[in-house]
Amino acid sequence: MTDTHTTRYRGNELSIWPQLRRHRLAVASIVVVSILSLACFAAPLIAPYEFDAIDLGSIRQPPSFEHWMGTDDLGRDLFTRVLFGGRISILIGILAALFGTALGTLIGAVGGFYGGRIDNVLMRFTDVAYSIPTLPLLIILSSYTQATGTSMALIIGLLSWMATARVVRGEVLSIKEMLYVEAARSLGASNLRIITRQVLPNALGPIVVGATLAVGYAIILESSLSFLGLGVQPPVPTWGNLLMDAQSTMASKPWLTIFPGVAILLVVLSVNFIGDGLQDALDPSARQR
Amino acid sequence: MKPLLDVRNLSVVFETRAGDVHAVKDVSYTLQAGESLAVVGESGSGKSVSALSLLGLVPPPGVVTGGQLLFNNRDIRKLRDIQLRRLRGRQISMVFQDPMTSLNPVLTVGQQLIEALVWHKPAMKADARQRAIDTLELVGIPGAADRLLDYPHQFSGGQRQRIMIAMGIICRPSLLIADEPTTALDVTIQAQIVELVKRLQAKMRMAVIWITHDLALVAGIVDKVAVMYAGSIVEYGTVENIFDSPAHPYTSGLLQSMPDFSAPVRSRLKSIDGAPPDMKHIPRGCPFAPRCPRVVDKCRAQRPALETISSGAVVACWRADQS
Repeated sequence: MTDTHTTRYRGNELSIWPQLRRHRLAVASIVVVSILSLACFAAPLIAPYEFDAIDLGSIRQPPSFEHWMGTDDLGRDLFTRVLFGGRISILIGILAALFGTALGTLIGAVGGFYGGRIDNVLMRFTDVAYSIPTLPLLIILSSYTQATGTSMALIIGLLSWMATARVVRGEVLSIKEMLYVEAARSLGASNLRIITRQVLPNALGPIVVGATLAVGYAIILESSLSFLGLGVQPPVPTWGNLLMDAQSTMASKPWLTIFPGVAILLVVLSVNFIGDGLQDALDPSARQR
Repeated sequence: MKPLLDVRNLSVVFETRAGDVHAVKDVSYTLQAGESLAVVGESGSGKSVSALSLLGLVPPPGVVTGGQLLFNNRDIRKLRDIQLRRLRGRQISMVFQDPMTSLNPVLTVGQQLIEALVWHKPAMKADARQRAIDTLELVGIPGAADRLLDYPHQFSGGQRQRIMIAMGIICRPSLLIADEPTTALDVTIQAQIVELVKRLQAKMRMAVIWITHDLALVAGIVDKVAVMYAGSIVEYGTVENIFDSPAHPYTSGLLQSMPDFSAPVRSRLKSIDGAPPDMKHIPRGCPFAPRCPRVVDKCRAQRPALETISSGAVVACWRADQS
């Protein structure tokens, strides 16, 4: 019996990779997102031009070998701008998702764990936040703030924590009744310790899934805002304001719309597939299928 | 000698919509350092609730309504939350019934052990790993150093109960409450766990309260026995008192309902007729009267108080001395 612990699975026992690997769409999506993100974040290294290099000699050119995605009204290289734009759009997406998830987790965990009046107040607050129409509020908020990447991420995060809060609350409600929570309490753990060390690690699955889906949602929101001219201001490109620039020439110069649009589509779609894959991988009842 | 634990007239009430339920009524016992006590009774007799009140963990809507719980001369009822937290796990620990669900499934055993230690003794952080290994070895987990990184589901039920015990004793408490720790285990494993606790008790000079419905299990290892019925202690004495000359008819009933393997093969197992009373409507007289083989009119009219009988045991029965 001496060799039993060498043949056993070690620390990665709870890894979800074996389950996730079977979800082909999710694996493909991880590859797509990785390549796109890497390309965007390495934009200063791989982009053929400066993102604000104006070349009035070659404006509104269709895709060619010099300009893979063509050029815009000012002769700027669209491929370069899509890469740089993605950097900001993806970063805002990730930051907003992290912020929204943290906020939602906090509100959901506190409400679910303490219950009673605290829960009631927090959940009604969540209901109210849910019923505020997002876009008009965003428009008002952005008119009062300087639209930088960080402020955009914060604002979008502030508007997208509600789903996470509800999911986390539900999880916490059932987890807090588990015997190991009682056992931890009987060994002297404080409420804070119980929430952070016992309860939340058990709710990590749904939280991660929610955060993943939130990235896609945040990228869409950022694009919508930039499209309305309320996002990060030109000449700094984002996928949203590339689309805005293209709106007047959509019919005659379709490449200006198609490339940034496809970039958004690819990333958001992939992120959602990854979210679905994670959900299936983390849900034991779905594993049998 | 001052007792380690002196429980005086403990009462716990559950305030439900259907009325107050007196889950524990006027329970008193004492425990010296290193001594062991078995609290025996059927489900719902108040044995678990009385133990949970020692940790200030009576689940709502339960409320400790009366009595004193003197632990090292300090009344546990008067402690503030933070003092209670320092008490739990460090001075009084509890091991629960079901080892399959008492460990957190997403944390490694090492994390959980170290956590239980560092909550109380942050200074021990550096030595925590070694202490965790030592404690796991102490409770009989082979290859302890290698198994710190394993998750609970990689252990068997008996091993998980050993790990629970390790978490309970890692801070070296002076009192361990074992709340039916063997109920969910195989019979052969049960004996091992009982032996383990007995060994740890001697080694660490730790007092132990066994909560059980199985008299036979603890017969050989405890010093004292308290028999509970419908929230009250009906008989309390040394293990010899209880086993050799049970004075309360309920105690006798419990002893007779233990399987006797020396009896002829097809003889029937004796049981106590009837069911425990509805805790919301405990009869006016002796709560055991409706099931008692020796019942007389007085039993139905008046509740007997605990009184010391000639053997030295304490019994609540009108007919105790006439047996």
